[in-house]
Amino acid sequence: MRTKHYLGVVALLAGVMGLGAVLADTPVSEQAQMVIPNPGEQVIKVSSHKFEFVPAAITLKKGVPVVFELTSTDVIMGFNVPDFKNRATIIPGVVTRIRIVPDKVGTFTFFCDIFCGAGHEEMSGLITVEA
Amino acid sequence: MDHKVDRRGFLKLAGMGAGVVFASRLALNSGSALAAGYGSGSGADADDFFFVQMSDTHWGFSGDKVNPDAKGTLQKAVAAVNALEHAPDFIFFTGDLTHTTDDPKERRRRLAEFKDIVSKLNVKNVRFTPGEHDASLDFGAAYQEFFGDTHYTFEHKGIQFIVLDNVSDPTASLGTNQLAWLKKVLDGFSKDQNIVVFTHRPLFDLYPQWDWATRDGQAAIDLLMPYNNVTVFYGHIHQQNYHMTGHIAHHSAQSLMFPLPPPGSQPKRMPVPWNPETPYKGIGFRETQAEVKEHGFNITEYPVVKA
Repeated sequence: MRTKHYLGVVALLAGVMGLGAVLADTPVSEQAQMVIPNPGEQVIKVSSHKFEFVPAAITLKKGVPVVFELTSTDVIMGFNVPDFKNRATIIPGVVTRIRIVPDKVGTFTFFCDIFCGAGHEEMSGLITVEA
Repeated sequence: MDHKVDRRGFLKLAGMGAGVVFASRLALNSGSALAAGYGSGSGADADDFFFVQMSDTHWGFSGDKVNPDAKGTLQKAVAAVNALEHAPDFIFFTGDLTHTTDDPKERRRRLAEFKDIVSKLNVKNVRFTPGEHDASLDFGAAYQEFFGDTHYTFEHKGIQFIVLDNVSDPTASLGTNQLAWLKKVLDGFSKDQNIVVFTHRPLFDLYPQWDWATRDGQAAIDLLMPYNNVTVFYGHIHQQNYHMTGHIAHHSAQSLMFPLPPPGSQPKRMPVPWNPETPYKGIGFRETQAEVKEHGFNITEYPVVKA
């Protein structure tokens, strides 16, 4: 029921924003991704707007799972972390969560992967994973 | 990632006179690795022909630290193509014709200016595909007003050219409908058909950390894989890159506005700053000689301005 309601919100927002074509090719499983943080699990809130993520620099511990709570205050954004093979579509007004388990040390890029405007190509951040 | 250059082709440096940076040849049949002579035309078959690839012209870009001649580079490229020794049979622009803008009126103004400038090309057989800067903010609506369909096919001297659009969907995807169309197109070809694909973004995961990929590009590669003679020409990354996925060769082109750094060579993907001592370095276009019977392509890179 909760998932059904969520998809309804997504469809409504997408229709309002004229982005039905985008979501038509996005797997429902991805749209409906409902990650619930485990008790005591680290949660990092990342908000986005044209053309930045806040925060844009995030530090994690290797092997410690983290849930990202992603929001957008203006348009549909993407949140893509290729080195950890995870991404999400962020719908304005909807909290989207993804879980990442950083399994390697280093500095890794995350970026918006849905073209969102003139500053889209600069919309990125860094995740630093410490041992 | 499977480079088979040694067995299936070769890359050679060649001093071809003023303007030519290098020539490379990918022979898709292992038994045909002799390059046709540049300049003289010796060794060329009657069916062979040239085409020019121009890419990432980003008309409307401004930024003196990157290209202080942003309003004149495209015109110089048009003049350079018009001055080529071999008149190409056709010219193909692989996207990012214009630099993006959030203003729909300005987008149309830039597209109109671009179209007017390239109308000065002597060769009138000119074809296009969009880049995300042209099409991703309005699903290709403005682009289509000026240039028509974003994915299509055409045939030239026995080679089947397939134009794929991986930018009108702002998620950088081809989409299920276009993939179904591609399958239907390919179903009409024999497995030995010589096929060239033009597209904007790399179909393979070149460097996803800089968004140098197509989300569902592997699906297109999977559809193309059963065909023995496939070559892909694309843009987007503003530099030459050569990559093999199995037997399929992928060639990216330089930009005609500014170069980008090699993938992963620095933390962020930022344009290479303009160097007054080497103006226009890394900016150029390419001429490709198609050897129809041998399923081979000789690629010659040209700078936009002669050194």
